[in-house]
Formats: sequence, C-alpha cells, structure tokens
Amino acid sequence: MTKKSLVAKKVEDMQPSGIRVFFDLVLGMKDVISLGVGEPDFVTPWQIREAGIYSLEEGFTSYTSNKGLYKLRLGISRYLKQRFGLEYDPEEEILITVGVSEGVDLALRSLINPGDKILIPIPSYVSYGPVTELTAGVPIYINTRKSGFKLTPKLLEEHIDARPKALILNYPSNPTGVTYTRNELKELSRVCLKSNIFCITDEVYADLTYDFQHTPFATLPGARENTLYLDGFSKSYAMTGWRVGFACGPKEIIAAMTKIHQYTIMCVPITGQMAACEALVSGRKSVEEMKREYRRRRELVIDGLNRLGLSCEKPQGAFYAFPCLKKTGMTDMEFAQGLLKKEKVAVVPGSAFGKDFSDYVRISYASSYENLKEALVRMARFLKKN
Amino acid sequence: MEEILEILEKDARTPVEDIAKMLKKKPDAVKQAIKKFEKEGVILKYKAVINKELAKDTESEVRALIEVNVTPQKDLGFDKIAERIYAYPEVSSCYLISGTYDLLLIVEGKNLHTVAQFVAEKLAPLENVRGTATHFLLKKYKEDGVILKQREENKRIAISY
Repeated sequence: MTKKSLVAKKVEDMQPSGIRVFFDLVLGMKDVISLGVGEPDFVTPWQIREAGIYSLEEGFTSYTSNKGLYKLRLGISRYLKQRFGLEYDPEEEILITVGVSEGVDLALRSLINPGDKILIPIPSYVSYGPVTELTAGVPIYINTRKSGFKLTPKLLEEHIDARPKALILNYPSNPTGVTYTRNELKELSRVCLKSNIFCITDEVYADLTYDFQHTPFATLPGARENTLYLDGFSKSYAMTGWRVGFACGPKEIIAAMTKIHQYTIMCVPITGQMAACEALVSGRKSVEEMKREYRRRRELVIDGLNRLGLSCEKPQGAFYAFPCLKKTGMTDMEFAQGLLKKEKVAVVPGSAFGKDFSDYVRISYASSYENLKEALVRMARFLKKN
Repeated sequence: MEEILEILEKDARTPVEDIAKMLKKKPDAVKQAIKKFEKEGVILKYKAVINKELAKDTESEVRALIEVNVTPQKDLGFDKIAERIYAYPEVSSCYLISGTYDLLLIVEGKNLHTVAQFVAEKLAPLENVRGTATHFLLKKYKEDGVILKQREENKRIAISY
C-alpha cells in the first residue's frame, strides 16, 4: 500500500495536474522573465516595513484577539467609512484573515451545507471552485467568454433555477483585469437580492482600478446585508508576504467565520497586523505611485499584445492581461511551454482559471517596464518562428 | 507637486510617450508642459546620479561640508556674501541655514589638499567671513533619494496565481 492511498479522494482530485507540471518547469529554469506572477513587483513601502520591525523591537510577539488587533479593525472601519461611506462595526462586523485566501475559505465553510450551490463566473481565481468542493458544496461555473469576461444580469438569471446559495464575484478580476462600473454592479445586485443569492466579493484589487472609481458591492442599494466583502493589504500596499486580509459583513456571518478561524488559525501573525495598521496611516501615497506605474505598463502590454495578434481588450483593473491565442493556432500549454523553452518567458496557461479557456493565457504586468519590453520582443520572435 | 515633475524627478529619461500614457494625456500636451517647466526654470537641468565609489577614475574625489559664519551686511543681509562664495566653481551647493552658523557649503576637490587650500586661500580670507568648520565626507550611503548600496534582491517565485 503506497502512502498515496491515504490521501482523501477529494484532495487527490484537486488541481489540474498539467498546470502543476508546467509550474515546476518554470521554477526549475534560470533567468526567466516571468509574466506569470500574481503579486506586485514592488517591495512593501519602508514606513510599513519599519512599523513591522519596530513592533518586534518593542516585543509585540504574542497572539492577538481571534478577530485581529482592535486597532487594525478600527483603522479598517474608519478607512472604509472615509473612502466609500461604508460603515462596519469593528467589534462585530470585521475579521482579520490570513490574506483574502483565508477569507474565501472561511466564507465558504461558514455558508455551505452539503450540496449547496455556489455560482462562480469563469475564468476565475483558482481557489474558489476547489474550496467549494472541499466543503461539499457544488460549484456552478458561469462562462463569461462571450460577454467580455463580465458577468451580466442575463447570465446570472440563466442560473437562478439551480437555486444557488451564493455568488463569488471577484473584481477587478484575476486573471482578466476586468472590472465593473457602479451601474453594472447595481444590476447584478438587483438580481441577487431578488433571487436570494448571497454575494461574496473578492475586491483585493480594488485599489488598482484605472479608469473609474471602484465601487464596493456592499455600497449598492440594499446590498450591505447581502454581501460579504473581502479585501486585503497584499496588492494595494505590496504586502503579499505579510498575509493580511480582512472580511466585513453581517455580524452573524463574521461570527461564524470567527468560530472556524479561532480553531484553525487562531489569529493572523501580529507583526503583519502591526504593519498593516501603519499601511492605513501612511501607505496611500505609495498606492497612487504604484498605480501610476501599473497604468503605464498596462498601455505598453495591451498595445504590444494586440500588435502581435494576441488580441485582448484593455482591462480596467488589476495587473493582468488575458489575451486570446486563436490566431497562433496553439493551445495554452503549447504556447506557454514553447515560449518558456525557446524564449524564457513565463506566462500562465488560461486553463488554470477554468475549463474552456485553453485558448487564452494570463499575462501579468507586475514586472518592470524594461522586462515587459523585452518580453514583448521575445514573444514576437517566438510567434514568428512558430 | 505636478505629476509630470514627480515622474521626471524619479527618472528624467522617462520618454514623453510613456508619461502621456501614465497620465492619460496626449504626448504633445506633455511635451508642451515640460517645455513650459523648462522655460519657467521649474526644471533646471537633467543629470545622472553617479555612484562615484564605483566610478573610481573620477576627477572629483573628495567632498567636504563646510560651515561658514559670516557677518551680514547692512541692507543686503546674507545674499551678497553668499553670492561671492557660491560663485566659486569648487562650491557645488550653498545653503543659508538657521542655527549656530549661517552658510552650509558642499565643496568638491581632487583631494584633501585642494579642498584645504580652497578654504585657507579663498574662503576664510573673505571679508565678512568670521569662521569656518570643514567636515570631510567619509562615505555616502544615500544621495538625492537614491540608496547607493547595491542590495541583494528578494526574488519573487517565478510563477504564482
């Protein structure tokens, strides 16, 4: 009997293996220009790092309350009020999580009874489906390839008959960079309210919205009590490695999530929480600077890809482009592997983000302007030869 | 500060087209704005930040900070005497400051000797200069917002969701 047979079936079935093999190939290669990265290429701004260091010097090395430092919850509450007019009680309606990843996990585990259906527009971030299945829920994938990767009220309505319990909406989106205007969101929220679909929103890229103001779902008419708002410090403040996110929502849901969180995580590491407090105080200027740099790269990349015949719409947020490979005649794996082996440029195959996207790749522009220019040159060379 | 200035202050070689993209403006509009800044003297010049510790063959090797005590002149205050001092090419920066002395100079020279000579022969004998204190620079850590040490970079994992 091999030890493999000990692994639970559910887990054994997770994660498409082809992608894993490709990831290993990338990690084993040197001097790769990577456009496959899902995190900012900036280092956390110094004031924030310093706050983390200082907290260690001062001996802040203990557990915090399960929900997270009150100071941080209060800071988040004030920030949301001031920025979006969104009010959450720091005592009962905010939970500090280990990034949005934990927020998603807790949300699904708190909501799902076996067989409950969860709507997931695809292409989507990789964890939503697998985590739903782990909790004995049933993911219902809504394919958005025909509507510019946007969930529309019509698409949503087509899935109401399945009586889904919740919808996971991620905007700006990883992997497409697509986001929604306030009016578009209003229409979606209206359908959700009417059909009793609870909304879990992953808004971790909110600060990286380029062409208009980001609208938190919970600010829509009547949506606050029907929404679990997930966000974090990773993308806005280049703090991925600190692992600090937060969940805001109705107190019953937050209480349920806190129950699981206290058994499985206990609390988010205090150093990260202390640094996050500082991010809310002094980090906003850095956000603007980073955003400007991303915007500049977005123009370069989208323009460059379209010139190469890798057609893509200009995304309004995050730092991803999701170009179509149709004109190359290659599948995502052929393209990604070829580009890696021949030109040492790494991208993520589209099928990682949902079935039916093997004619796309995700390109991250969280890489220096110079790297991006060079990567485009290499891509052009690769396409010419193949 | 104007966004164009912020961008140029960080990297003076940022192409006009890039700035236009970053700010969602027309390249011509950016070009004109920069011209205007140059004309008004808001942008004075563009220069490279050189790590002289690495460029070893450089001429100007020694730098000193010099504190100068001066007697202000009637009606003219410090301006006239400052002008006499900053006109020397050896003086790369000159500031009037509050505190125990009046002017702070940054002086560059080939070696210790040339700087000492400048102080003894040019600066100290000036009428109105009551005293000087010279501090030679031993090591530069950071200059104009640029950290001079080449650091080992934290490598992100090459691929992630």
